[in-house]
Amino acid sequence: MKIIVNGEAVESAAPDLAALLTELGKGEAKVATSINEAFVPRGARGQQALRDGDRVEIVAPRQGG
Amino acid sequence: MPVFYGKDIPSRLMLGTAQYPSPAILAEAFRQSGAGIATVSLRREAGGERAGQAFWSLIEELGVAVLPNTAGCHSAREAVTTARMARELFETNWIKLEVIGHADTLQPDPFGLLEAAAQLCAEGFEVFPYCTEDLVLCERLVEAGCKVLMPWGAPIGTGLGLNNIYGLRSLRAHFPDIPLVVDAGLGLPSQAARAMELGYDAVLLNTAVARAGDPVAMARGFARAVEAGALAAKADPMDPRDMAAPSTPVLGKAFL
Repeated sequence: MKIIVNGEAVESAAPDLAALLTELGKGEAKVATSINEAFVPRGARGQQALRDGDRVEIVAPRQGG
Repeated sequence: MPVFYGKDIPSRLMLGTAQYPSPAILAEAFRQSGAGIATVSLRREAGGERAGQAFWSLIEELGVAVLPNTAGCHSAREAVTTARMARELFETNWIKLEVIGHADTLQPDPFGLLEAAAQLCAEGFEVFPYCTEDLVLCERLVEAGCKVLMPWGAPIGTGLGLNNIYGLRSLRAHFPDIPLVVDAGLGLPSQAARAMELGYDAVLLNTAVARAGDPVAMARGFARAVEAGALAAKADPMDPRDMAAPSTPVLGKAFL
């Protein structure tokens, strides 16, 4: 299925968000996540099933003012 | 020194972490500024890079309190989701709430800001709203649960200083017990000193230091300015007057 990760289309078979992060090499990374504009807490990623067309955001700490 | 949501902060200077020439200069500017709070954001990482982790390690070494922002959010919904992600990522209930209403001025959207602030306060966040000096908006933000207010001095990144002294002064008079921070628009230490002289608790700035030719020297300048201004505010300044009044005694002058 096709997932939109940070605005870019990604082909993935990951059943849930935790699996997708592992697939992207970010399983242990210091990141926060959302699906379709809703926050998904770290502890809920494994129960968060992915569907074709889901929009996933993965964000990390960055400089800010 | 300011107390934000029960936490004592050892400095009246709050500093942003963006736009420095290098991580080393950022770190040295922080040390020289004595800032007690660093603002940070959260953003997408490109590809497989781990820039976020490297940046986070640098911030942790600074040993300051971290205030994540919702910079770039243009709606309450977007800001609330960003705040929830920030809380998990940075492990703090503090959030510098920005809901931008205008592209040219980056003016806060008062309506979206109030909506997001109410929602986040209800979820246990400790909200630092980036707001205008509008008295009614500030009253509503306090009613919504905000225990800090952060009115702008001037639009973000302009360096224009305090555009509405009257508005900032009346805000101080109306909220004697709420910590007030001038956030954004400062370009020079004298402007930060002025904010302190008005009785403000702290200033938050980024570009003025990061974009100076010598950020480290400018950080020292701001550190001294906020200290000078705070001392002046505490010292009960004289009232200005229109007519001259000699400071040297008139009596006893030689008749020549």
